[in-house]
Amino acid sequence: MPSEGQSWRGGGRPGIWPLATGATALLLALPVLTIASFLFTPAGEVWHHLAQTRLPDYIAGSLWLMLGVGVGTLAIGIPSAWLTAVCDFPGRRLFEWALLLPLAFPAYIIAYTYTGLLDVSGPLQETLRELTGWSYGDYWFPPVRTLPGAVVMLSLVLYPYVYLLARAAFLDQSVAVLEAGRTLGSGPWRGFFTIALPLARPALATGLSLALMETLADYGTVQFFGVDTFTTGIFRTWYGLGDAPAAAQLAAVLLGFVFTLLLVERWSRRRARYFHGAGGHRHFPRYQLGGLRGWAATGACLIPVAFGFLLPLLLLLRWALRTAPQGVDGEFLQLMANSFGLASVAALITLLLALLLGYGRRLAPGPVTRSAVRIAGMGYAIPGTVIAIGVIIPFAAFDNALDAWARDHWGIATGLLLSGTLGAVLFAYAVRFLSVSLQAVEAGLGRIRPAMDDAARSLGLTPGGVLAHIHLPLLRGTLLTALLIVFVDVLKELPATLILRPFNFNTLAVRTYELASDERLADAAPAAIAIVLAGIIPVILLSRTIARSRPGAADAA
Amino acid sequence: MRITVPSTLAVAAVALLLGGQAQATEVVNLYSARQESLIKPLLDRFTAESGIEVNLVTGKAETLLQRLRSEGANSPADLFITTDAGRLQQAVAAGVTQPIHSARLEAAIPATYRDPEGQWFGLSVRARPIFYVKGKLDPQQIHSYADLTDPQWHGRICIRSSDNIYNQSLVASMIAHQGVAPSEVWAEGLVANLARKPTGGDRDQIKAAAAGQCDLAVANTYYYAAMLESSDPQEQAAARKLGVIWPEQEGRGTHVNVSGAALTKSARHKEAAIALLEFLVSDAAQVWYAETNQEYPVKPGVPWSATLEQLGHFKADTINATQLGEFNAEAVKLMDRVGWR
Repeated sequence: MPSEGQSWRGGGRPGIWPLATGATALLLALPVLTIASFLFTPAGEVWHHLAQTRLPDYIAGSLWLMLGVGVGTLAIGIPSAWLTAVCDFPGRRLFEWALLLPLAFPAYIIAYTYTGLLDVSGPLQETLRELTGWSYGDYWFPPVRTLPGAVVMLSLVLYPYVYLLARAAFLDQSVAVLEAGRTLGSGPWRGFFTIALPLARPALATGLSLALMETLADYGTVQFFGVDTFTTGIFRTWYGLGDAPAAAQLAAVLLGFVFTLLLVERWSRRRARYFHGAGGHRHFPRYQLGGLRGWAATGACLIPVAFGFLLPLLLLLRWALRTAPQGVDGEFLQLMANSFGLASVAALITLLLALLLGYGRRLAPGPVTRSAVRIAGMGYAIPGTVIAIGVIIPFAAFDNALDAWARDHWGIATGLLLSGTLGAVLFAYAVRFLSVSLQAVEAGLGRIRPAMDDAARSLGLTPGGVLAHIHLPLLRGTLLTALLIVFVDVLKELPATLILRPFNFNTLAVRTYELASDERLADAAPAAIAIVLAGIIPVILLSRTIARSRPGAADAA
Repeated sequence: MRITVPSTLAVAAVALLLGGQAQATEVVNLYSARQESLIKPLLDRFTAESGIEVNLVTGKAETLLQRLRSEGANSPADLFITTDAGRLQQAVAAGVTQPIHSARLEAAIPATYRDPEGQWFGLSVRARPIFYVKGKLDPQQIHSYADLTDPQWHGRICIRSSDNIYNQSLVASMIAHQGVAPSEVWAEGLVANLARKPTGGDRDQIKAAAAGQCDLAVANTYYYAAMLESSDPQEQAAARKLGVIWPEQEGRGTHVNVSGAALTKSARHKEAAIALLEFLVSDAAQVWYAETNQEYPVKPGVPWSATLEQLGHFKADTINATQLGEFNAEAVKLMDRVGWR
């Protein structure tokens, strides 16, 4: 984009930024707008039918699920973030990254594994019946395939969003603030409740909204557990009732949910704006948790790792031992390469787009840019299938229009240029996961005092220069966090990949899904484990880098 | 045949690589709702025998259909494969298919398992009978799907969610036979007898029955047969605890459905696509279906797998599968109304 290049070099044309930002945001908003446009298609009597039968269940299910997962992710994410950020206890260094591991688990996989373990026909209840001589109905056992079950499953794999962002915020908090608190006599508990937690609120809101958006978009888990939500409703209306417009309208209502969620998040951030300075970063002495308190902290961090990662992984391994000999072939390496490559490229693209949009908004705030960026960031809460349809329709329309035009004018058929390419897949990822990067970038930028920009600009730096020399170094940890989440999310992503990919192109998630959807969980285990393992390496690498980017970390090491 | 720029370039590149002695290899492009592991081995065999390359994208039927519709006349797909006749009918209704006239296909596939106009062809058959826990009840007590609504089965039946196409097709077949109102009464009675809220897949219903949560389960034959053949001893043991009841033997016959394929309207490799279809109904391919996925061959006279033989022969519903697609939406609404989640 030459226009962009100009502004970065010259910096003298304020009109370019809103244009570049607006155009990019609009392009990324295209799928969402495509879906929303169905609002203008009359859907007839299906709505009447839905309102009379299932719609109340869909709404109630989604609301309860969000409430439950909200409480669950905060309850796990905040304490673990605080403990690993500012306290010292046995295993702390290990937990710093181990707490991220559940992120590598697709929610539906963990749901399958726990169902395998805890269901009526699972080994636990089987053993119980054998030992006691009871039969089904003689005893009570927590039913896993229920709304509370879905809440637990989703919380176990989504809390890392809260943990990541909360921990980054705790680490970023000006040491001086906490030290001042400490001088005034506040201990770990008071320091946490009166200083750190309120200061971290914007980051918590971001992490929570990511977890909730992912919850709204989930289809695999709720469908398997038989929980009615908006997503199950969309697909039932579309596939079962065969009414695409009504399904798209349900999706548009879902967008309404998301919009509210984002407004709340924005509002919670606006009420208090916190900036952290560039200086004054020194090593902050950790609260030493000794003896029993230390081990209690270890236990608190171990529980989510054990239930969100270790136990399901063990169950998968048990299955894989039986099926791996047939399941792992030469093609398996190709699948890993495909998954890894796609995830890396998508993470980078998404981050660059988020930087462009986030930065554009900071430089040239305006209603058009603001709304376009907002809409572009909504993709995260929309089921991947719906996004994919929102990509297919405009892309194919563009391809076909270009083809017709080229044939009319030059007598050449261009065919489908965009549809069915990896480009379409990457675009869908960018739309779906932009929100992750964008929220991280905005949260990061939001903590940098605008006065610093002004100072840098008055000293002669261009906007690009401010980004490169001032903001990027300050944002390093936040940006790596964004990269990490998108990478792992793309590894797990299924529906958009499934629908948009070119011929003969598969990923680990596709392989896992195909076998799992045919109720061949054991056969799916090797590919599922590969997704998890592939996700671990970057998790470890990046969490180390994030730790190092902490102010004052050098003297701590 | 229209020539696209990318494919021209690709052909040119291949020709250069092979030093000019190559001819453009024949290809056929598939959009398949049947998953890769259940079709790729057959496709590879086809390529080995015919020299025709097969390109494959798998996915959910509805989304592949949407892709077909949006891509329109430029769609690269030649064949659309699904695991349910209702979906094929939806493709026909969407206008993305075209009829085929092939004596071989018509000879191999009985008329009930293909579209009367040749818009789609069934490739394999599955049945949806009732399974009972041996020793818990006398299978002679149940002769029809309607018997499942008898109050004596209160809290004793497991069946999956009505989100699933198999249940939708089952109810659609009832609507086709007896109309909406009696089907709704039936669904209401069934829901009243359920042992639990419908969750999980077909295998889960069988496992729940084996574990004692219910005494009767409704499931597709290939799931049950695959469990009998499973490498997991527990799955095998669970399946062994159950026996099969073939409903409607004195009436319309047990509900069956097909997996099948349709030629797309945009197909550019029509001959290769028809060759592939004809290959898929050859004896060798039909035996593979039966042995690997425990499905019934669509072609009469092809031997069943030993496991399927064990379940016994039965009278199948002869309603044309086209009707399953026609009544699908009606079936879903009906199930919504009776609270079959």
